Amino acid sequence: MTNWKAYRPLLLPPIRGLDRIEVYEQHGGYEALRRVLAEWTPARVIEEVKASGLRGRGGAGFSTGLKWSFMPPPDGRPRYLCVNGDESEPGTFKDRQILEFNPHLLIEGALIAAYAIQATAIYLYIRGEYADWIDRVEVALLQARERGYIGERVLGTDWSIAFYVHRGAGAYICGEESALMESIEGKRAYPRQKPPFPAQRGLWGRPTTINNVETLANVPLIIRHGAEWYNQIGAPKHPGPILYGISGHVNRPGVYELPSGMPIETLIYEVAGGIRGGKRLKAVIPGGSSTPPLRADQIAGVTMDAESLRAAGSMMGTAGMVVLDEDTDMVRVLVRIAEFYHHESCGQCTPCREGTGWLVKILRRIERGEGKPADLELLLEICNQMEGRTVCALADAAAWPVRHTIQRFREEFEARCRGSLFSVPEPIPSTSQ
Amino acid sequence: MATEYTFSAEELARIADIRRRYPTARAALMPVLWMAQEKFGWLSRGVIELVAQTLGLSPAEVYGVATFYTMYHTEAHGRYVLDLCTCLSCQVLGAEELLHYLEERLGVRDGQTTPDGLFTIRHTECLGACGSGPVLMLNNRRYVHRLSRERLDQLLEELRQGRIPEFESIPLPERHWENEEPS
Ligand SMILES: Cc1cc2nc3c(=O)[nH]c(=O)nc-3n(C[C@H](O)[C@H](O)[C@H](O)COP(=O)(O)O)c2cc1C
Repeated sequence: MTNWKAYRPLLLPPIRGLDRIEVYEQHGGYEALRRVLAEWTPARVIEEVKASGLRGRGGAGFSTGLKWSFMPPPDGRPRYLCVNGDESEPGTFKDRQILEFNPHLLIEGALIAAYAIQATAIYLYIRGEYADWIDRVEVALLQARERGYIGERVLGTDWSIAFYVHRGAGAYICGEESALMESIEGKRAYPRQKPPFPAQRGLWGRPTTINNVETLANVPLIIRHGAEWYNQIGAPKHPGPILYGISGHVNRPGVYELPSGMPIETLIYEVAGGIRGGKRLKAVIPGGSSTPPLRADQIAGVTMDAESLRAAGSMMGTAGMVVLDEDTDMVRVLVRIAEFYHHESCGQCTPCREGTGWLVKILRRIERGEGKPADLELLLEICNQMEGRTVCALADAAAWPVRHTIQRFREEFEARCRGSLFSVPEPIPSTSQ
Repeated sequence: MATEYTFSAEELARIADIRRRYPTARAALMPVLWMAQEKFGWLSRGVIELVAQTLGLSPAEVYGVATFYTMYHTEAHGRYVLDLCTCLSCQVLGAEELLHYLEERLGVRDGQTTPDGLFTIRHTECLGACGSGPVLMLNNRRYVHRLSRERLDQLLEELRQGRIPEFESIPLPERHWENEEPS
């Protein structure tokens, strides 16, 4: 990545008042939608997005065009697009910037996606805490409706689309796509068993596609400039602009839009201004709390794209990067991460409900200096019992950071346990919650 | 069943509007719970029954949903609920110390309400404002960013005077390299 300094933001360009529809239109807004509705078949939109190489920005990194192509042919009955704005993975705060600074880009992208999959309605799910941003998005939707971009016979064509916002009410699990649909249906958000996948049986049993906010904001750019232009940006296998949310012990935290494949070191030291107080780096959590932390000595040459991060032993996740300085107590950090997943486990699957509870209890006792050396093996064994054994990936998301933080910072954990070598053995606590 | 809680005609019209967004009455439950909570402050048994009756659901179904989501209050709370994020990014910026500071200042523990009924303080999970942390959310809505002891003191004072902070837009970070001369 040599020319990142020349990159200029496309998702969050520095244009004042871009959240107002007139300003958005002055800068080419809704032209991609007009073009698609006038000239393109839905299949061509899907092909273009496939060719662009766009991968989901919600955490799993799945090919967006391919996902759309799983939708069965229309049968005249309802079908849905869900936009995932639950944004609750610790360290992640990027989608909110789109809602605040460029809501029409998201709306236009969602409309193009809905046309491509021939949806009849769009539900934009936004976490309940973002109430102030929901109000802003509602205003933008009203403007788009007034201009004929949403509703019956959009822009005089025979395509009609409804567009609603659904406000969440505080539950990380709603970000999981099938839990999100349960929540829209007005239920407790228990993830569904897959298959059937949402494209077969989604919202109210009808074909449904779920995409992240940032993912859909990329779509108008692809239509405007073409797939070939798009896949020249950043890392070839994971192309496009990325909203890097950088937080923790850096001098200039925030969301930076840059090409995919940025070197982690460049992001920390050049983009975000380095570590606060001139301290040294201890660890980086590259893409939200579920992605395994990398030690400072593991990041040389590692870039922010799925391939490079996998080779380094982590994941891209949401590109919400948490930077930790040399004074950070990794045991304390891991306790708090484990508490998060324990609190957010929906309780449906035993390995997750019980496993997250055990992780918290054992980690807390290590933190108190009452851990036993065998506790580290016990924690890893619990991770084994959680990973891949549940309806959704929350259990995996809870286990990964525990497994890898212990592996990569083992001395710190052992030192905490050593303090208690001669303490009176404690009975194993019960799992009641 | 007679209940002391009711929706006005105007509110019922809004509910009818909400119902048109979804193919089932059940799906209107979350938005109607939000309406009810905003009107009555919290979802007491009577409010749960009102919502159930309005949507043709059983109170058990409504209660089941209300208790799944942390932002629905199924217990009474103070006039100002301060949800302080102590998760990961806020944690490493000192949010846990700030929570203890709040506890000391107000003389109550995490999860409790001050005896005058003014403040409820709670720690909360990630609020999605990691770049401007530590952060808290006031009354299920307003974010207060970049907290410090001083900022908390100021906030408590404002709230005691009945002043709710304005929405604060946190600008995107400066891209300082764009102003550099190309070398
Ligand atoms: C526990 C859990 C939480 C998730 N939370 C979110 C979230 O907050 N936002 C999001 O876009 N995707 C989230 N996902 C991923 C979604 O299930 C889904 O993959 C994504 O929304 C698909 O969109 P994309 O293909 O555009 O990335 C979560 C997944 C899991 C297992």
